[in-house]
Amino acid sequence: MICSHKDKGAYVNTVVCVKQVVDTEAEKRLRPGDWQLDRTVENILNPYDEYAVEAAIQLKEEFGGEVTVLCMGPEAAQDAVRKALAMGADKAVMVTDSALEGSDAQGTAYALSLALKTLEFDLVLCGTMSTDAQTGLVPAALAELLDLPMMGNASRLGAEGDTLKVNRQTDEGYIAYECPMPAVVAVAKGINEPRYPSLKGIMGAKKKPLTTLSGADIGIDPAAVGSAGARTRVLAASQVPPRTAGERLTDYGTPAEGAAKLADFLFDAKVV
Amino acid sequence: MIDLTLSEEQLSIAQMVRELMVEQVRPRTQEIDELAEFPAWVAELFRGLDLFAVAAPDAYGGIDGSLITLCVVVEQIARVSPACSMIVGVQSLGATPITLFGSAEQKKNWLPAIAAGKKMVAFGLTEPDAGSDVKAMSTRAVKADSGWRLNGRKCFISHANIADMVVCFAKVNVGGRDQITAFLVETDQPGFVVDKVEHKMGLRGSPTCSFVLEDAWVPQENLLGEVGHGLEILLATLHRSRIVSASQSLGVARGALDLSVAYVKEREQFGRPLAKMQAVQMIVGSMVAQTEAAGCVVYSAAAMYDAGSGSIERFSAMAKLLASEAAMDVSTSAVQIMGGYGYMVEYGVEQFMRDAKVFQIFEGANELHRMAIARDLFAQG
Amino acid sequence: MSRSGILIIGEVRGGKLTGATLECISEAGRLVATVGGEVSVGLLGEGATAFAAAAGSYGASTAYVVDAAELAVFRSGPYTDAAMACIGAADPQVLLLPNSADGREIATRCAARLGAGVVNDVTVLQPGDANLRATHPCFGGSVLADKECLGDLQIFTVRPNSFARVEVGGEATVVPLTADFAPSGMRVRVVDVVSERAGVLSLEEAAVIVSGGRGVGSPENFAVVEALAAVLGAAVGASRAVVDAGWRPSTYQVGQTGKTVSPTLYIACGISGSIQHKAGMQTSDVIVAINKDPEAPIFNFATFGIVGDLHQIVPALTEEIRRRKAVT
Repeated sequence: MICSHKDKGAYVNTVVCVKQVVDTEAEKRLRPGDWQLDRTVENILNPYDEYAVEAAIQLKEEFGGEVTVLCMGPEAAQDAVRKALAMGADKAVMVTDSALEGSDAQGTAYALSLALKTLEFDLVLCGTMSTDAQTGLVPAALAELLDLPMMGNASRLGAEGDTLKVNRQTDEGYIAYECPMPAVVAVAKGINEPRYPSLKGIMGAKKKPLTTLSGADIGIDPAAVGSAGARTRVLAASQVPPRTAGERLTDYGTPAEGAAKLADFLFDAKVV
Repeated sequence: MIDLTLSEEQLSIAQMVRELMVEQVRPRTQEIDELAEFPAWVAELFRGLDLFAVAAPDAYGGIDGSLITLCVVVEQIARVSPACSMIVGVQSLGATPITLFGSAEQKKNWLPAIAAGKKMVAFGLTEPDAGSDVKAMSTRAVKADSGWRLNGRKCFISHANIADMVVCFAKVNVGGRDQITAFLVETDQPGFVVDKVEHKMGLRGSPTCSFVLEDAWVPQENLLGEVGHGLEILLATLHRSRIVSASQSLGVARGALDLSVAYVKEREQFGRPLAKMQAVQMIVGSMVAQTEAAGCVVYSAAAMYDAGSGSIERFSAMAKLLASEAAMDVSTSAVQIMGGYGYMVEYGVEQFMRDAKVFQIFEGANELHRMAIARDLFAQG
Repeated sequence: MSRSGILIIGEVRGGKLTGATLECISEAGRLVATVGGEVSVGLLGEGATAFAAAAGSYGASTAYVVDAAELAVFRSGPYTDAAMACIGAADPQVLLLPNSADGREIATRCAARLGAGVVNDVTVLQPGDANLRATHPCFGGSVLADKECLGDLQIFTVRPNSFARVEVGGEATVVPLTADFAPSGMRVRVVDVVSERAGVLSLEEAAVIVSGGRGVGSPENFAVVEALAAVLGAAVGASRAVVDAGWRPSTYQVGQTGKTVSPTLYIACGISGSIQHKAGMQTSDVIVAINKDPEAPIFNFATFGIVGDLHQIVPALTEEIRRRKAVT
């Protein structure tokens, strides 16, 4: 049930859609025991979603309200959700069902939209994309499926009474929007600095409510999800052959002489 | 067998501290070492993330009070900055006498502020003539004005210059006999004066101070335990804090390993990475084995302490001994395998070697611990 | 009714159709031999009719124009409604859009409305067994995935600089359309449009990019990077270190968590070449690296590297290029 907004200056209830992804960045995950880089436990909260979680918590701190984290994924994805709870989200909802395996982004959005229809909210927040599939499709698809206004690539997010104020980042600057809640907003990287979960936040995460919904609980049509429901298909995947080192100048005399040699290269290659 | 599996929360905490240290503190470790001052900005970061909560039980604003959790936090801090690990280590050291021996009233009055990092606490035991021989202390306390007046000098006290309170040990004359007694001295008074901050080989970001107590006065409520309980209090405290110190040493060893292992994988000489050379592999193999062995003993000791069973005395002494030896050996080897770059401040590893040395000395010199281990064994018959 | 032809939803920036739009139209011209039917373009916005001529000269035979006040500034809902009107009129088999933030939103929402598949950030499009075969990079660009859309409408967003744009001459017949603007999308109001960097070359569209990294040393020193970019008519980029340090805004960032670019020439000044940065620029045709550290990883994959102080070399290069261009 979507709950539309009420009194001036009152609270904002948000649902943040998050995903657990494979950690592609170096230097992060620790392996317990010897604390080396753990390449087996490679799953983290999608870095783009951290900005959305932080934005939701900041809205709660300013206006009150509740932050719910929503995640479609296997049971193991609960780790990602716990991090959001440790950061300060109030409760979590997981959508877990084997029928969802192999869903493409649109199938995912469909499942999430059905879950959202069981929740009360004023605002749905998402990151702009996930670091694994990098489709960036979910926020816009959610808006479509829920028939809600959508503002993406948000570099600024605020609220005043019933109204959301969002700046959408463009190459030249930004577009300033206003829109009554409820709405879907996708926040851009760098909109804020996601906080580290505090020690007490980490200790308290397990005590916060975490509900798991199955496909049947929310009325998912199996034909619309999973690989059966996918509307795209992967035909092949290949590793990109690595680029190899080219020419490297170290012995060239003065900087001006080096610059001249570089200029020779650029003009010969016809790239300038 | 002790179960050394960390809980999900402990893993998440380790992850958070690691990220915090790498992202926020590592870029400035040289600056912290050069300035040789207490890094208040780091303490503020820790405060904001409730890290001081490891210093107290959850009934008083802390968290679960588990020594393992404290060790996990301190190890990850030390892995990037041993000096910064003292910020949490010393706070825990100062809080322990209160947690173990404070009255309900005292715990309620002091621990929440300590757990929140709002009040910083230090531990004032050592004196110029009383290091290993604690009973030789000469600071005295006499009853005065419904409280106590303390006179004496303490030296080598970590963080005394920023602490709001210091747990001080002083002798009280009872019927002609000296009874060591513990007092919580508030530093905000004319009778407490820090008159020296030491220049040190390492751990330079953790100020080590001398202070005088000149008719420093404490109210009766600030007497910890009973008159004459001081020795019991300090032994019980050090008994716990030496395990924390061991986890700091473990962090030093791991930090040195992090840097040197990354280096030998990248650095090439004679056409190949150093990591492929047998001489380097021999050294790294020993470094890793020594570190892991120390790690096992440290966490076994912490687990035993939390469980309240097992040869806690022996294991805590072994943990402190082995971990500090590992810190010194591993950091020295780390500098060696990094060659000329290992010696340069810019590359970060030499700081671990300078920082490591003190861990073999304080919290009970390693010689004392070797004796304690042997005596504990012989006492078993 | 069966679908035919390829429809491109065009995008306008700085008063003209974007390079990516023209590239899509040219590529459609090449593909339409297999797909059959015609190449048409959808032009959305106030005064959009003005762009029909350019679309025609790159090969579009029809320009569907939705010229409405509601489209004065981009809003996700109304622009989708307008694109749907074009799709309804053109009934294409294939829908192409540039892979910009706007393009992706429109593509996704049309796909959701029509139950179609969509593949994003495509770099290669070729005939497949039945439907088209689209290649797109993932996992930071280290893996190339070939995908196809299932169903009778195939939607793709295309990475700029992936296809050649070729002017073929020709005219597009203008077909004005009206769109039904759904109320939910209309609830978004535009309060202001701020152009702090008007006329700034978009990184994704640029043929040449000059980027600065931590080695530049300070926000003031970044001027040497910008001077080189100016003389080359290039866009200016930055590494994550520069953005994190606050020397330049995040819109400059090239890398895994920034922008992915594929210019003809990428000049990296004082950039070490971390995996994170590499992922954002490794598909550039030519990579030039200027760095004082001979061990910098970027030298392992740069086409041409020069070890030295960028504060000397870059100004010298700027001067050298200015001199040579003045002569010719």
